[in-house]
Amino acid sequence: MSTSWFVVLSAFIFSIGAAGVLTRRSPLVILLCLELMLNAGNLALIAFSRMLGNSDGQIFALMVMVVAACEVVIGLGIIVGMFRRRLPIDVDEMSELRG
Amino acid sequence: MIFEQILFFVAGIGAIAGALGVALLRNPFYSVLALVAHLVALAVLFLLLRADFLAAAQVVVYAGAVMVLYVFVVAYVGGTDEPLRPDSGGLLATLGPVFALALFLEISVAVLGSSLGALDSRGVEVGAGFGSPGEIGRLLLTKFLLPFEAASFLLLLAAVAAVLLARKRRGLEEPEARVPALSVSDVMKGSDPV
Repeated sequence: MSTSWFVVLSAFIFSIGAAGVLTRRSPLVILLCLELMLNAGNLALIAFSRMLGNSDGQIFALMVMVVAACEVVIGLGIIVGMFRRRLPIDVDEMSELRG
Repeated sequence: MIFEQILFFVAGIGAIAGALGVALLRNPFYSVLALVAHLVALAVLFLLLRADFLAAAQVVVYAGAVMVLYVFVVAYVGGTDEPLRPDSGGLLATLGPVFALALFLEISVAVLGSSLGALDSRGVEVGAGFGSPGEIGRLLLTKFLLPFEAASFLLLLAAVAAVLLARKRRGLEEPEARVPALSVSDVMKGSDPV
């Protein structure tokens, strides 16, 4: 398979994630769609790493995974905090983080 | 060669189906499960690209650990169906998919129209150790030592921040009102201890 197939697939998954972030209202699903976008970026990084025969892109993808895990933990912590305060779990209603 | 192509299309269709499931399913719980399927399909694609260690890390860390966190939070918050928009699709709901389609076409044209000559090839021949855990570990401890340490610090920071965010506010919980112990005299009198 040539690299362009992988890159186009990655662009498609990225677009699906972007559409999800724009149209969904639940912050949980928005976080999931962000994961989709990060994973699409990972796929492109690894495809180019294979194309060039250089492992540096794979290290970069590993770092993206680390950052994604941190982002998930913080985001889910905020959602749990919103739930505890009986705030609506809806990004249209939430406009500030002030406790 | 033909086997590789079949595997690419099967895994690619699985990844796209999982992604569509995440973005379109109404129940957040099903969205999480669709993301797990998407991640596993993506791991197969990583294997096709000779990223063995990353494929394993994807399944173990992402589909295994991070998704369990998601499942717990969805179960805690309550995975209720997302209500439809009251005005049945605002401006953003209609413009969002259009924007995403434009983004896809733009990226595709930009990448395929670029002068990257190697884009239509399978890439250079790589040795047997490409993408193996040994190779990744050697790179992490030599060339990328600083990003590696920064990542460990970032993970520690995120763990502490998560505990701070999710703990109960307003100090410790008040101890529950104690039920007075039933004494012998109460039993003798037959009165209600409370």
